[in-house]
Amino acid sequence: MDFLKILNMIEERDPEMSDRLNSRRKALRDFADLGKKLTMAAVPLAMGSMFQKAYGQSTTSVVDVLNYALTLEYLEYRFYEKALASAGLIPAGAPTAAITTIMNHEKAHVNFLKTAITGAGGTPVVEPKFDFSGGQGTGTGPFATAFTNYQLFLAVAQSLEDTGVRAYKGQAPNLVQQNAVLTAALNIHSVEARHAAHIRMMRKANGASVKPWITGKDSGIDNAVVQPIYNGEENTTQAGVDVKTLGSFSANAVTEAFDEPLTKEQVLAVATLFIAS
Amino acid sequence: MNILKNTPSSLESNTGLLVKGVHRRSFLKWAGGTAAATSLILTGCKEDDPVIVAGEVNFGTGDNAVLNYAYALEQLEAAFYQRVIESQFSGITADERSLLTDIRDHEMAHREFFKAALGVNAIGGLEVDFSSIDFSKRESVLNAAKTFEDLGVAAYNGAGRFLTSPDLLAIAGKIVSVEARHAAYIRDLISNGTFADSTVIDANGLEMSKEPSAVLTAAAPFIKTKINAGTLA
Repeated sequence: MDFLKILNMIEERDPEMSDRLNSRRKALRDFADLGKKLTMAAVPLAMGSMFQKAYGQSTTSVVDVLNYALTLEYLEYRFYEKALASAGLIPAGAPTAAITTIMNHEKAHVNFLKTAITGAGGTPVVEPKFDFSGGQGTGTGPFATAFTNYQLFLAVAQSLEDTGVRAYKGQAPNLVQQNAVLTAALNIHSVEARHAAHIRMMRKANGASVKPWITGKDSGIDNAVVQPIYNGEENTTQAGVDVKTLGSFSANAVTEAFDEPLTKEQVLAVATLFIAS
Repeated sequence: MNILKNTPSSLESNTGLLVKGVHRRSFLKWAGGTAAATSLILTGCKEDDPVIVAGEVNFGTGDNAVLNYAYALEQLEAAFYQRVIESQFSGITADERSLLTDIRDHEMAHREFFKAALGVNAIGGLEVDFSSIDFSKRESVLNAAKTFEDLGVAAYNGAGRFLTSPDLLAIAGKIVSVEARHAAYIRDLISNGTFADSTVIDANGLEMSKEPSAVLTAAAPFIKTKINAGTLA
């Protein structure tokens, strides 16, 4: 009987237990080391109560995480591809160069993730059909003019990049035991953050009131549709400590200093706006 | 080593997160039956307390080592930006002053967070060496800032896999993207459009993360205090 395996099974089966166990993963590792020396007589003392509480929930598999990321990367890649193909939208010179750099990264992420998924024995998701108007296929959503209105294009780009940062961040803890995949995901995550910062500065140069980082839960975008992408960013408490109390920092500075994750469900609620089928 | 006596305290000190004590205790309470049972059987627990050497800091072991590593880098960054704001380079614009002040505050918040999170396991204050930086010159300051920010991102990305706690991994993730935002901003100040160029991003579109040993070597010219990277070495 593999003690670690049992603990992993319990984490998969019982979300409530998983919450407690996950946050104590380090303690569990130590515990598991002790487990090597455990006699079987001692194990059932804990096992009984764990299994009693167990109820079914499949864990998020690595392939699921990668396919989720792939969907978002497709969305970003095709968005920039269409924007660059829209004559007169993006000014020549630095803006076109920057958006091209970003599109190429998103395209590379798509290819990297497809390879990774196949390598992991999974099947890459089929690329969705997108509705970049944010109209779920109607083509008449709030961003219907994003490919003719440069300011709106940049606002949507910022929304997508900030979403990407929060989405990857939200999945990192699911990969804590998958070191190679975790490192790759982190190495994409920071690239999305670099994109977000640059897009934000492009918006600032065009008169928007934004910084490279996110202040409070302020989107800097005059459309309530994107607000769910920023909700929760106003958090100032990390690991139970209100960071404001640790020095003479403003609440704004503390919210900027920590980007917050989004769950898969929260991200998909936003991404669904852009998916036609 | 008596595990019955020592397990709770060694678990408490593993991350040093003060506020986690309650949860940890509830975990221990839940697992108490087994812990108590094992204590009767187990002997010879490994002693892994850091060896203290005069004049050096020791990152320690496990997740603490990763947190101390991050704490060291945040100390370096915070000290740097404090100097940047104290002695602003000539020709600094209002916008630059404002955003560089933001970055200073972010780094100080990161530093203080890690110090609090580590509690008694935190390394001491590092003595920095910025003698190679001319704080009166824009180019010198921004190039140093670029070095620190790119290094910070590469360091966090490269160290994620050493963390065993999903909670701590989540927090490291919250910080690294802010460092990446800083890096992009600083790079664009030096040369617009270099926010994610091929010196930091590979052909797959992935950030080129760095191992702790490479990061510490790169940071060494700026740190006087001798560092023992503990289990990260």
